Amino acid sequence: MNLREIQQLLAAEILWGEEILDGVEPRYACGSDLMSDVLAFTKERTLLLTGLTNAQVIRTAEMIDLSGIIFVRGKRPPQEVVTMAKERNLPLLMTELPLYETCGILYSAGLEGCSGLPSRRR
Amino acid sequence: MTTPGMVLHFSVEGGDFAAAGEAASKIKKALRKIGIDAGVIRRVAIAAYEAEMNIVLHARRGRMTLEVAEDKLRVIAEDEGPGIADVDQAMQEGFSTASDLAREMGFGAGMGLPNMKKCSDTITIETVKDRGTKVIMDFNHR
Ligand SMILES: Nc1ncnc2c1ncn2[C@@H]1O[C@H](COP(=O)(O)OP(=O)(O)OP(=O)(O)O)[C@@H](O)[C@H]1O
Ligand SMILES: [Mg+2]
Repeated sequence: MNLREIQQLLAAEILWGEEILDGVEPRYACGSDLMSDVLAFTKERTLLLTGLTNAQVIRTAEMIDLSGIIFVRGKRPPQEVVTMAKERNLPLLMTELPLYETCGILYSAGLEGCSGLPSRRR
Repeated sequence: MTTPGMVLHFSVEGGDFAAAGEAASKIKKALRKIGIDAGVIRRVAIAAYEAEMNIVLHARRGRMTLEVAEDKLRVIAEDEGPGIADVDQAMQEGFSTASDLAREMGFGAGMGLPNMKKCSDTITIETVKDRGTKVIMDFNHR
């Protein structure tokens, strides 16, 4: 599933990265507002779902090469945060849905979590 | 550790959230440039970023150092600050004295030091109350 399909599933607004959405294919996703947890528990090519919109989220993404960020419950990051993402070639989406629902939709669509535990999806 | 072939220093200001992460970002770029293994870079980047954030969150000012040797990378994070009262306690997952502001920024899970330990091959912490803290992390890369 690429970011374009994810964007469509969530009816998400594209804050940055329109041109690269098709080519970005996250293998995992992680929903968290705690950056140290994100740093500790994510793998490569992970998509982050978060309600935080500050510069630290972009920094965290940079450190572990996240595939992209989806801001949930309509949280819009300030312009300087979007600019930081652009400089790092990091796609940003925003959805009106809350975190739980956003995670549920993507998990049901087949996007795995980072735990490595067997999926209980049907 | 053998004589370092490259040494880089970066200063870090306590409380400066706008610049927080700059040093770790530069360390990551420097390692990429000299062709260090991607998995090692990832471990160093996480550990360096956590260490830098700890200076920003908990200390007044500090300095990050990257030393590159033949077979080892060393990251040193030293600061002027309150020091760590009980290092064993601070190393436990979930222990945090972070401020509400830090929590709003997504920090204060008490996972930074445990992350740094997990990512590095060895970690040494020297700390003096009301003076400061020095964290030394080594990473094997060959
Ligand atoms: N450089 C430092 N100077 C003073 N105290 C520190 C320093 N680094 C860590 N500490 C103390 O150790 C505690 C645990 O640190 P740790 O990095 O594990 O968690 P945190 O910084 O509180 O939260 P997180 O790293 O998850 O954002 C801190 O809350 C703080 O009390
Ligand atoms: Mg910390």
